[in-house]
Amino acid sequence: MTDAIRTPAFEAKPKVSPLYDPKVRSLVFQAVLCLVIAFLLYQAYANAVENLRRAKIASGLGFWDNIAGFPISQSLIYYSEASSSYGRAFWVGLLNTLLVASIGIVLATILGFIVGIARLSRNFLVAKIAYWYVEIVRNLPLLLQLLFWYNAVIKALPEVRDSISFPGGIYLNNRGFIFPTPNFGEAFWLVTVTFWAGVLGALFYRAYARKKQEATGIQSPVGLTAFGLIVGLPLAVFLLAGMPLSFQFPQAGRFNITGGVSLLPEFLALLFGLVIYTAAFIAEAVRAGILAVSKGQTEAAYALGLTPKNTLNLVVIPQAMRVIIPPLTSHYLNLTKNSSLAVFVGYPDLVNIFTGTVLNQTGQAIEVVAITMLVYLTISLTTSLIMNWYNARKALVER
Amino acid sequence: MTDMSALPPTGLVNYVRRDAAQPLPPPANMTGWQGWVRENLLSGPFNIAMTIISAFLLYWIFAPLLNFTIFHAVWTGADREACLITEARPVVGACWPFITERLQYFIYGSYPLDERWRPTIFFALLLVSVAWVLWLNAPRRDIGMLFAFVFTPAVSYWLLTGGNPAFALVGVLALAIDAAGAVFGTVGSILSAIPFIGWILALPFNAVDRALNLIANGGIGGLREALGRGFFWFDLLISAAALAAYVFRNRIRYTEADFRTALTTILGVAVAFGLFVGVTGLDAGLKPVPTNLWGGVLISLIVAFVGIVFSLPCGILLALGRRSKMPAVKLFSVILIEFVRGVPFITVLFMASNMLPLFVPEQYAPDKLLRALIAAAIFASAYMAEVVRAGLQALPKGQYEGAMAMGLGYWQMMRLIILPQALKVTIPNIVNTYIGLFKDTTLVVVVGLFDFLKTIEAARIDPKWAAPTTSATGYMFAAIFYFICCYAMSRYAKATEERLGKADKR
Repeated sequence: MTDAIRTPAFEAKPKVSPLYDPKVRSLVFQAVLCLVIAFLLYQAYANAVENLRRAKIASGLGFWDNIAGFPISQSLIYYSEASSSYGRAFWVGLLNTLLVASIGIVLATILGFIVGIARLSRNFLVAKIAYWYVEIVRNLPLLLQLLFWYNAVIKALPEVRDSISFPGGIYLNNRGFIFPTPNFGEAFWLVTVTFWAGVLGALFYRAYARKKQEATGIQSPVGLTAFGLIVGLPLAVFLLAGMPLSFQFPQAGRFNITGGVSLLPEFLALLFGLVIYTAAFIAEAVRAGILAVSKGQTEAAYALGLTPKNTLNLVVIPQAMRVIIPPLTSHYLNLTKNSSLAVFVGYPDLVNIFTGTVLNQTGQAIEVVAITMLVYLTISLTTSLIMNWYNARKALVER
Repeated sequence: MTDMSALPPTGLVNYVRRDAAQPLPPPANMTGWQGWVRENLLSGPFNIAMTIISAFLLYWIFAPLLNFTIFHAVWTGADREACLITEARPVVGACWPFITERLQYFIYGSYPLDERWRPTIFFALLLVSVAWVLWLNAPRRDIGMLFAFVFTPAVSYWLLTGGNPAFALVGVLALAIDAAGAVFGTVGSILSAIPFIGWILALPFNAVDRALNLIANGGIGGLREALGRGFFWFDLLISAAALAAYVFRNRIRYTEADFRTALTTILGVAVAFGLFVGVTGLDAGLKPVPTNLWGGVLISLIVAFVGIVFSLPCGILLALGRRSKMPAVKLFSVILIEFVRGVPFITVLFMASNMLPLFVPEQYAPDKLLRALIAAAIFASAYMAEVVRAGLQALPKGQYEGAMAMGLGYWQMMRLIILPQALKVTIPNIVNTYIGLFKDTTLVVVVGLFDFLKTIEAARIDPKWAAPTTSATGYMFAAIFYFICCYAMSRYAKATEERLGKADKR
């Protein structure tokens, strides 16, 4: 009752209490939020300083140049236990992470596309096998799969003396995968240069052919020319230069295999696990992308007189890729992040070396964990930025 | 009759067919199973080749698999002797007695033998909660939500740890402020979240320790001491909330419906926190079990359950924050979400296990399980936020505009119009996030917890069972467990998706 009396029927200028002014409210709320977060950060900082002081742990990045003094089983750059620094160890770990991630991405894409297309196969058996592959792999933890590949498969491979040998000097045993080392001769740089020149030439030719087609309607054999430029020309140069490439074959001894390049069993297990796991997710993205292109698109293309090949290349694939690429990128990122599970199989990646050994030796948890996170964050954010740019360029412009 | 008259008289033409011939049945080999095989397996040379390759692949997978799990498997035995390769048994498959003997360890970890009925009840509660919440036609799903999100956590906490009187104190305060908050309507309901947050913030501050202190000192003196030290900030929050509630009290006018909502809220909140208070603080003489003894499936399910319970509300708040018009709120939400999503879960766990103890006063360092739980909750929340945001974005703008045109405030609009619709279309993705979380619980081993997979890792290298196939058997068992759990969840997500799709199809 009091409400009715208190509310006047007409009021010249309704005076809003600042409590109900959205602007005031939002300002106050944001100020409070900032204060709370600042307070929490300050508390964390103060506690950390106090705790570190009590535990006599140094802070700062002074440890970066100290001698690491621990061995690393695989490094792409020079690393020595006796003289290399923690900073060097960091780069070794980062490069190992990038190595397994990049090889994994390539292989997972290939396998993923095959399985994704197989899921749509008209052949019942093929479709069912692909379906169960995806379901089983997606519904098991990656860690379990990695441990399985490492402990139950790779460790169960034969000993060195009973190595499985493949033709061409390739060996597989429980110490890894060993294959011949390529020795590049002095003149090999000629081949490399021709190859890149060929790639460049092919790109130019494609642009020229497109322009010509738009102007005159005459098509040019782009695929054939590109093949000739990229493969044929370097091959010719390679033969003319007197084949400046030889292989050093691994020699199977009684207790060891000498020579050749060997891939660590840890690397193999991690790569295998990551590829098989990520391929299942990629397969789902590919399937969804292909199904997203409506049947009317194909029918319309046929009605316009496009050949099946042109329909696929000009109508279906461009539209499917628009749907496939965003999830594909996120699966690539997931693969990179999941490569941190290397720590469970002992592959010397960034997390294993830096957040594992370096953290234990220096005790500087805050710096070490922060640097590791920063690395992954940089990779993720860079990829996201590129993806956003790509999406903005490729997105359908509606209305 | 016209066409009949156009025909020549009968007798002149011997035969004119008056009705259409029945279509012949398709050739026998085009229908039935034969037709199916032709169509799906043998429709062309390429298809035939694929069928043959697939058949070989299936044989290559299933023959060893069946041999390993069934035909060559060892079913009984007491130790490794049963599973060794001998003259009489040159091929050994799965070593199942290893699993049956260690099953208790895989489920409960090192939880004391006499107390294992407690986790068993926890499993049962969890099962009932999950069934009640997920089964969409279940009776009284509102009570089910209360059961799953309040009763089960409270009883489970009490059962598994053995009760904690300190929580009773916090619970009473939370109850009081919540009841007050509910009376004061919209603003109050936001305020009512504050003590809950305070309670969560108070968790790391080693409540057990303080509770013992409280009992030792006894009475009001102890209470004041407890409040004076660790609970100071918590207390301050409550005071601020109470003050704010007082200020806002007279400014809110209720319609009748609002009043009813307020009443139900009071009742719901009172029941919820009453349960919490009554249950967690209850001292029924249960033996305290420290968390370092917990293990196996128990730990996996606890981490997953806590992640699930916390990620949805936190994820919704973060998603709303990210779409907020307030720059500070938006900035913090974006930073948190992108930061957590940009790094691997394992580094979040490393952060929780190595950095978190440095950020709180030394005596309040959280125990290992709590560290993992915090990491899981934060990680799952960030992913949930993106899932919810996708749902919010999928709603047409008209829904927002309509709600605003009706004169609804921000929280009313979200609670009554936006979230119910957005969450409905997001259910499949939410469940998929839960699957991811459940799989990620295997990583808590880096914090030093013995989750299910870790118990298998620990058991398989035990010399007592050192046999050639022990590892593979252990992994097989783990795979079956995880597959059943995750596949069931993904089927549920799929079914919900189809159900929702049906509703949209007219």
